Amino acid sequence: MHDNKKNLAFIDGSRLITEALVRAGADTFVGYPITPANLLYLYATKRFPTMLAAPDEITTLQWMSGFAISGHVPVTATSFPGYALMVESIGMAAMMELPMVIILVQRLGPATGTATRGAQGDLNVVFGTMSGGYSLPTFSISNYHDCWEVSAKAVHTAIELRTPVVLLTSKEMVMTQQSFDWSDLPEIAPKKVKQFEGEGQYFPYKADESLVSDFLPVSQNKHQVRITASTHDTRGILQNSTPEAINNTKRLEEKVNKHLDSYTLYDFDEQEGAETLVVSWDISSLASREAVVELRNKGKMVSLLIAKTLLPIPKVYIDIIQRYKKVVVVEENLKGQFRQLLFGAAGREGVTGVNGIAKMINPSEIVEEVMRYE
Amino acid sequence: MNSKNFLTDSQLPFCKGCGHALVAKNTEKALQKLNVDPLDVVLVTDIGCHGIVDKSFLTHTVHGLHGRSSALAAGIAAGLNNPGKKVIVFTGDGGATIGMQHLIGGAHLGFDMTVVVHNNMLYGMTGGQPSEFTPCGFKTPTLPEGSSKEGYDICELMVAAGASYVERVIGIGDYSDSLAKAFSSSGFSLVEVMEICPSYGVKSNPGIKLSQVVENAGWNVKVFADGKGHSFKKPLKENTESLISEKLEIKPKYQSEIKKPVSILISGSAGEGVQSAAEFLAKAGILSGLNTTKKGSYPVTVGVGFSASDVILSPKPILFTGSTNPDILVITSADGLNFARNTAAKMTSGKLYIDDSLDVPETGAQVIRVPFREKLGARTSSLYAVFYIVHHEKLFPIDAMKEVFLSNKISKKVSIESLLQF
Ligand code: SF4
Repeated sequence: MHDNKKNLAFIDGSRLITEALVRAGADTFVGYPITPANLLYLYATKRFPTMLAAPDEITTLQWMSGFAISGHVPVTATSFPGYALMVESIGMAAMMELPMVIILVQRLGPATGTATRGAQGDLNVVFGTMSGGYSLPTFSISNYHDCWEVSAKAVHTAIELRTPVVLLTSKEMVMTQQSFDWSDLPEIAPKKVKQFEGEGQYFPYKADESLVSDFLPVSQNKHQVRITASTHDTRGILQNSTPEAINNTKRLEEKVNKHLDSYTLYDFDEQEGAETLVVSWDISSLASREAVVELRNKGKMVSLLIAKTLLPIPKVYIDIIQRYKKVVVVEENLKGQFRQLLFGAAGREGVTGVNGIAKMINPSEIVEEVMRYE
Repeated sequence: MNSKNFLTDSQLPFCKGCGHALVAKNTEKALQKLNVDPLDVVLVTDIGCHGIVDKSFLTHTVHGLHGRSSALAAGIAAGLNNPGKKVIVFTGDGGATIGMQHLIGGAHLGFDMTVVVHNNMLYGMTGGQPSEFTPCGFKTPTLPEGSSKEGYDICELMVAAGASYVERVIGIGDYSDSLAKAFSSSGFSLVEVMEICPSYGVKSNPGIKLSQVVENAGWNVKVFADGKGHSFKKPLKENTESLISEKLEIKPKYQSEIKKPVSILISGSAGEGVQSAAEFLAKAGILSGLNTTKKGSYPVTVGVGFSASDVILSPKPILFTGSTNPDILVITSADGLNFARNTAAKMTSGKLYIDDSLDVPETGAQVIRVPFREKLGARTSSLYAVFYIVHHEKLFPIDAMKEVFLSNKISKKVSIESLLQF
C-alpha cells in the first residue's frame, strides 16, 4: 500500500511539462496542433496566461518572436512536419536573441510518417537547424521527473541566454498516462528576462563577459530598440561583414557554449569496475534503465549514462565515455543519430547501438546487445 | 504640427527616384501629424530594398524574414496589447506575395497594426522577378515578354478579409494623410503604395507611366474601407489553475495481491470505449496500491478502425512503459482481432480473453471466450471486459473498479449491476 502522504495521480507527461513551463516563467503559448503534441496544446489552453491558436507553424514562430520582442516568454509544441516549417524562423529568433521554448515531440518519419508512432529521429534536424552550424541549446526528457525539471530548465536557459531552446520528447512520453507521485517534485522558481537599466544609449547586442546582452522590450519609451535577423552590429543595425558584426555573430555560438555547464543535465549511474556503458536519451532511457537493472541482476557490470542536455554536447559525456571499453548507445532511430554526434561517422572500436523504428526499444534488446560482447 | 523627428538626417538608402524614399518621408509626416512619440512606434520591416530603411528610423525597429514581417508584427501587436502603440509594417509586393496568409490572417483577426505595401510590381532586391502583384503586360528583367495574368488586388482581398482601413495611393507627392488615417484606425489597416522601381521596372518598360499602369490594370486608387474595424484582444487569463492539484489525487484504499507486473492489452474498435475502459482499469489499480501505466494505440483517424490500449499493473515501480508480450490479451471486436493477431500469435503463455463471436486466432495463450459484445452491447463491450478480467484474474478488489466507475459520468448511462454479472 502506498504511503498516504504521497500525492498520487494518473497523469501524462504533457500535463507535467505544461505546468513546469508556466511555473518557470513562460507566459505565452502559441501553437498549431499536431499529433502527438496535441495534449500540450490542450493543456496550454487551460494553463498559460495567454494562449493563441496560430493558423500554421511559420506564423506560430513569428508570433512567438513578436511576443518575445514585446517582453514575453513564449512556448510552442510541435512535431517534425511543424518543426521543419519553423526552421527559418527559429534561426531568426536565435539571431534576434529571443527567449522561447520549442517542444519537439518526435514521431515516426520521414515526411508525415505516422503521427501516432513515437520516434527519436529528429536530433539531426535540430542539430542542423541553423545555417552556419550554430547551436541551439537542446534538452530531452527521459522520464516523468524530467518532464518537470528539464522543462523548467529549458525555460530558464532560454531566458538566461536570450535564445530559443529546443525540448525534445516523443509520443510515448507525452501521451502515456502513468501513476505518478508529485510530492517530491522540487519547487520551480520563476525567472524573468534581465533588462537593461542604464541611462545612456542602449545597445541591444552589446554584451559583457557573460556574452549575453541585456534585453529591453519595445513596450518602453526610454531607449530605442533595434532588433534584426540580419548580420548586425551591437546597435542592431544591419551590416555586411564588419569585424564588429562578425564578432557579434560569433558571440551567438560562444554564449551558448560558455554557459553549457550551467545547463548540463544528465544521470550517470556508475558501477565501479564496469567496462561497459549504456548511453541513452529521451524515451529509450526507460528501457535502458530497466535493462541495466536486469543486467546487474544477471551479474553483468554495467554503467548507465542518460543524456538530458543533448546540444551542444557537454564535454563531460566525452570524458565519461572515454573511460569505457564498450559503449552501447540506445536510441529509437535507424542510424544512431546521437551515437554519430558523439563518435562521428567513423565510430570507435567497442561502440555499437541498439536502434529501431516504429516501436519502443525493448529492455531485452539492450540486454542482448550488452551480453553479445561477452 | 510638432517637430518630432522620426528619421535621421542621413540620406535614405535607396536608388535615386525610388518611391520607397517617399514612403519613409510620408510615414514621418503622418506620425508627426498624429503627434506620436517615436518610441511609441515599432517599425517592422520585411526583406527587400524597403527593409534597409530601418537604420534611418528613430522608432523601435525590427527587421525579420522575407514575407514574414506581417506575422512578426502581429505577434508584437498582440504582445504589446496596447492600441496606443503604432505597429507599422513595411513590406514589398514580393514580401506580401510570400506572406499572403499573414496579411489575410492579420486582417481577419484585426491586430492593431498597419501594413504599408511598397508595390513596385516586382521583387526589387533580388533582381526583378515578377511577383503575384505584377499586372498583365508588365515586363520585368526575368519576364521580358511581360506578365500574362493580372496581379492581385490586395486592397479587395484585405476588405474581404475584414481589414478596418484599406487604401490604395499612387506613391508620388504627399500622401501622409492617408497613412495617418491608417495609423490612427483601430485594428488592422493596409495602405498599398503604387511605385515603379527605376532600376528594374523602368528599364524593362521604357517610357511607362505609373498612373497608366495602375489604370490599365483596373486597380482603383481610393479608400476601400474606412470603417471602425474590430481590434484584436489578447486572451489573457490571470491566475490560471495549476494542472497538478488535489482534484487529481487518488488515495489508495484497497489492496492488490498480485506479486509481479501484469501487462494487459485491450484491443477493440474505435468508439467502443477501449481507452476509457483501460483508464478505469489503471486508475482502479492505483486505488488498489499498484503502480500503473496506460498507453493508447489507434490509427490517425481516431474515429474508425481499431483502438487498443496497453495497461501495466505492477506492485513495483514501472520503468519501461512499452508493451512487450501481454500477460492478458483482451479482444472485443473484429478490428481488435486484426490489430492483435500478431500479438496473439507470439504469446506462448498467458490468457486470451476473446469475444465469443470472433474466430480464435493462432496463439499459445489459454483461450477464454466470453460474450463481451452480447452482454451489454458493443459500445460497452470493453468496459464490461475489464470488469470481467479484474474479477476472474483477481487483479485487485472489484470494489476499486466500482468506485472508479461510479465517480465517472458514464455511470449514469450504464448500471453498475449489469457490469457485475460474471
Ligand atoms: S532596386 Fe528598385 S526598389 Fe530597390 S531601391 Fe532601387 S529603385 Fe528602389
